[in-house]
Amino acid sequence: MIGQIAIVLFDGFAFGMLLFLLSVGLSVTLGLMGFINLAHGAFGMLGGYVTVLVMRQLGLPFLAALPLAFIAAALASVVLERTLFRRLYKAGELNQVLFTIGLVFVSIALATLLFGTVQQVIILPSWLRGSVEFAGLNFTSYRVFLIVVALIVTAVLVFGLERTRLGAQIRASVDNQRVAQGLGLNVERVFAITFALGSGLAGLGGALAIDIVGLSPSFALHFLVYVLIVVSVGGLGSITGSFVGAALLGIGDVAGKYFLPEFGGFFIYLFLVAILLVRPAGLFGKR
Amino acid sequence: MRVPEPAPKSLSPRDWMKRQSRWSVYELIAWAAAITPFFLFPTYLPLANQIAIAALFALSVDLILGYAGIVTLGHAMFFGLGAYFAGIISVHGWGEPITGLLMAGTFAGLVGFVSSFLITRVQHLALIMVTLGLGYLTLELANAMSWLTGGTDGLRGMNRWPIFDTFRFDLWGYTAYSYSLVVLFICFLLSRRLVNSSFGLALRGVRENIKRMPAIGSDHKWHLRKIYTISAAMAGLAGALTAQTTNVVGMDALSFQRSADVVVMLILGGTGRLYGAILGAFIYFVARDQLAGINPQYWYFGIGVLLMLVVLFMPKGILGFLAGLVERRGK
Repeated sequence: MIGQIAIVLFDGFAFGMLLFLLSVGLSVTLGLMGFINLAHGAFGMLGGYVTVLVMRQLGLPFLAALPLAFIAAALASVVLERTLFRRLYKAGELNQVLFTIGLVFVSIALATLLFGTVQQVIILPSWLRGSVEFAGLNFTSYRVFLIVVALIVTAVLVFGLERTRLGAQIRASVDNQRVAQGLGLNVERVFAITFALGSGLAGLGGALAIDIVGLSPSFALHFLVYVLIVVSVGGLGSITGSFVGAALLGIGDVAGKYFLPEFGGFFIYLFLVAILLVRPAGLFGKR
Repeated sequence: MRVPEPAPKSLSPRDWMKRQSRWSVYELIAWAAAITPFFLFPTYLPLANQIAIAALFALSVDLILGYAGIVTLGHAMFFGLGAYFAGIISVHGWGEPITGLLMAGTFAGLVGFVSSFLITRVQHLALIMVTLGLGYLTLELANAMSWLTGGTDGLRGMNRWPIFDTFRFDLWGYTAYSYSLVVLFICFLLSRRLVNSSFGLALRGVRENIKRMPAIGSDHKWHLRKIYTISAAMAGLAGALTAQTTNVVGMDALSFQRSADVVVMLILGGTGRLYGAILGAFIYFVARDQLAGINPQYWYFGIGVLLMLVVLFMPKGILGFLAGLVERRGK
């Protein structure tokens, strides 16, 4: 029994780390500009398809495909941000929601057109297959890898945000955009960079998700709900919040499906509603 | 957003309100057009029925989203509750449509009233997420209670009686469309009266500035609770109509997809205008019928592009855009 619980916790935490990579970018951009970008999951999907493509067509190894997924999603997001999204910063939240969901629909249609509706699979390098034994329990190697990657990303993000110049600019802009602008910060540029980094992380998450949940055109919509839960429960603009929210959601989701399969996600949504009613700004949100 | 023009000094507030609610020629044409499927396109009556029900559902969302500014992504909850209520009582031996419809609407309204206390506590993203969470909660609950709802197999064994003991539900949809259209029209009249009343004005006040309303002594939370309850009941009626006219209820009645679709319809048509809901439902279903007939992917692509264009170039929706054109020509 204890072994089972340990495995569920481990699998849940790994799933949570995946959700963290997929959602942390949205949390920061939402906190920064208040722009509700539901197309965030579409950047994750783009990263996933780029990975599949470069591994199959160019025969690149998995580890080389991951940075490419990051770069592709970041580039695509910058282009979209500069041409389309920036027109909507002043629009109401409803218009932002609908515009970006329209973009999701288009991306789903394009993905289906190019790749079909089949689930994509990739062949992992041999050292990521199989499992590691520890204290008499078997942990999937790939999930261990996933957790390590997510922890490294978290460390880089926290360090970057706390210790670098750009990080200070981002924090200042999240805290108070007008004052930051008044002090001579180019908030718009800060935002474009943050947007690109966040979408790039989503692309990385999409690439890493292929082996856990598969990749099909419905990815962009399916993960949207999870991502939104992480962002709202964690609190806008907070990396710690996204990390805790994602870990809770991942563990809750896996544990719920494992121990109480007939109730599905019932408890997840119960906790979502309860947390938001008590703390409308999320667990770590300021506003 | 349409802000009502200030009343000229010679007009008393009462007269101004009356003038706002005067019927125009366009409205009469629109309702006359709603009857044409009976004569011109009898083969499309089932589609027309779907449109009428979707229009009623969109109308219910327009009341809270367009007029009171409550953005919801979980309104299918009330649609599904109404549908399941009407379905379940007909499975258990009460197939009389009118009373079934009213009971289903009342049930959805009651649940709406209870949940309105939660809804009014939160705003912005938290509001969207709470409505979404409540919608998913209801879906999961209905799924878990498969002994009552039939779970993913859908509800089976529904038995509906003829309306007024005379009009049977026929295969071509004559009865179904007439029934849905009459219910839509009655609900439309009620909504029209409601948004043109002082209560409707108070709601618009809440939408425009939720902080200033309490400052002028308006009990905004109570207004929001009232309209949320009314809207939930109306969504329940739409759900019950689907159950009764198609004789099937499935999990999709409660799905996130349905909640999202109805908001899409409303935005296409134009929020804050009652006819926006109806026009949006019409465009949505006709486009889907045509495009999805060729290839479902065309439909997704088409609706996505259409949404983006409408948000960028017609922020008041297609109806708002058309109304703007008419006004400009009039000047």
